[in-house]
Amino acid sequence: MPDPSFVFAQSLSGLTAAMFLFLIASGLSLIFGVLRVLNFAHGSFYMLGAYCAFQIVQWIGLDGGRFWLAALGAALAVAALGGIVEHFLFRHLYGKEELYQLLFTYALVLILSDVAKLIWGTQQKSVSRPPELSGAFHVFGATVPHYNLFILLLGPAIALAFWFVLQRTRAGRFIRAAALDRETLGALGVNVDGLYTWVFVIASFLGGLGGALIAPMRATTPGMDTEVIVEAFVVVVIGGLGSFWGTFLGALIYGQVLSFGILFFPRFSIFSVFALMAAVLIIRPWGLLGRPLK
Amino acid sequence: MMPSRLHRLPWALLVLLAAFFVPALGSRFYTFLVNDMVIWALFATSLNLLVGYTGLVSFGHAAYFGIGAYATGLLMKQAGVSFLIAFPAAGVVAGLCALVFGFFCVRLTRIYFAMLTLAFAQIVWAICFKWNEVTGGEQGMPEIPYPGFDWLDRIVSAMPFLGSYRTSDYYYFTCLVLVALCLWLLQRIVASPFGRMLTTIRENAERAEFIGVNVRLYELAAFVLAGTFAGLAGGLFGIFNRGVFPDFAYWTKSSEVLIMTLLGGMGTFYGPAVGAVALIWLNQQIVSYTQYWPLILGSILVVLLFVFPGGLAGAVIALWHRLARRPAGA
Repeated sequence: MPDPSFVFAQSLSGLTAAMFLFLIASGLSLIFGVLRVLNFAHGSFYMLGAYCAFQIVQWIGLDGGRFWLAALGAALAVAALGGIVEHFLFRHLYGKEELYQLLFTYALVLILSDVAKLIWGTQQKSVSRPPELSGAFHVFGATVPHYNLFILLLGPAIALAFWFVLQRTRAGRFIRAAALDRETLGALGVNVDGLYTWVFVIASFLGGLGGALIAPMRATTPGMDTEVIVEAFVVVVIGGLGSFWGTFLGALIYGQVLSFGILFFPRFSIFSVFALMAAVLIIRPWGLLGRPLK
Repeated sequence: MMPSRLHRLPWALLVLLAAFFVPALGSRFYTFLVNDMVIWALFATSLNLLVGYTGLVSFGHAAYFGIGAYATGLLMKQAGVSFLIAFPAAGVVAGLCALVFGFFCVRLTRIYFAMLTLAFAQIVWAICFKWNEVTGGEQGMPEIPYPGFDWLDRIVSAMPFLGSYRTSDYYYFTCLVLVALCLWLLQRIVASPFGRMLTTIRENAERAEFIGVNVRLYELAAFVLAGTFAGLAGGLFGIFNRGVFPDFAYWTKSSEVLIMTLLGGMGTFYGPAVGAVALIWLNQQIVSYTQYWPLILGSILVVLLFVFPGGLAGAVIALWHRLARRPAGA
């Protein structure tokens, strides 16, 4: 039996990973839920979020709360990019075959990864932790950086905010309605095109924010986009495509499977994650908390 | 009229014949390039059986390519088995895996089908990536031997006017013959009543079900066939590449081959092969100017999706019809 403090540290690191993935995957799930499109480029938005945060920190530094400004700025920049892409390009593919939409988002992956390389080069970039959160707690013999704890709290906070917007506000009602029946909503006089753009903007914002917040924990490199998007796919598939709490649950499961997989079967932890994804698709294709598509 | 006369020429045969003379040009590089194209042409055509003809969008076709490559590579490098056995084994192993994976995949529709093919491909990739003892793990499996061509070399040197060739040239000829054979088989499959039924399923699966067709069984058969031919392409590629690596099965490879299929034109038989040739040629042209090939590829893809959704073949066919409709001499 492994050392309990190690198990504790491992499950905490799994939780932290889960909260990051939730930030990213919730955007992916939102786009799928409303637009019925799997957005491969979501991982690229995440990568751009990390790079933008790095860039802004370079400009303004990270002392005295400036890191948070940088993270917000990065997320907003990525959100703007998402809105532009949706408004000028993506919109024209809604009526077309799914394959075209998938390939378009993949084209974005290719383009954005090279744009990032053009601007920031291939060397990995790192951002220091903001000074106000650079310490660490020591619990049960495990070391938990303050920053990780902050992420642990931020994840559920964003989940709750998200839930509140979707369930309790007028805009949220429109978004849910659009997911169910686009035409009827349009016939009722709601500007569905504009709504779709906003959904894309919000989703990109979440992806960008995830990237910006992970910058102090992992190195920012080209290639983080294609890695994370597959992880995010696993999360939304396990939880249920388009299901909001499903994504939260999926992220938690993913984080734990990955960190305990590393503990017990170090070689096959990646394998177990994809095996889980396949198993969910086989047994309950719509995911643990999702609803079957018509 | 010009177009109809052009139509009667056996284009595929002419291209094959011309391809036999590539090594005679003497450039090792061109032989290498065309060899690459030939193998990818088979890979893309195998995917088209699924995407273009049956209407199943697979996002994990690279899995079978990778499995075939590892099967041939392991047999030839570790077990010292002859190419004559190791090559068909790539198809058999990949086909069997496609049978197991496909059994589950064809139960799902559309986006879920695509996701499950992706999940299986990532499983294959994870195994190749981590199972160091067998697959060489992250480092892959370098130095896959060429098949023995001594007998062929003896025949060729005994004949006058044929000149001399390198081992890589002999391997090129081997690929050419085998891929031509596979493409011929695939064409027979597509043109057969079985192939027609696949198209029917693509057009309207529900109606096919109504007239008593076991749609899932047909889809599974298409999945296995596509996997088998992708495996054969992978087997050839591993030797050509002189090594097998886990990224053969990574999901970005699956998108690459989808792009080739789309670029050439789905649903036309030779479209994907043309797409493979065009993309590899373009890649080679562009890489000598800039390292930003993905940027260019992405931009091409965007233009393709918005302007030529039928791919190159679609554009040519549209042009063809316009020419054909015009009266002679006009």
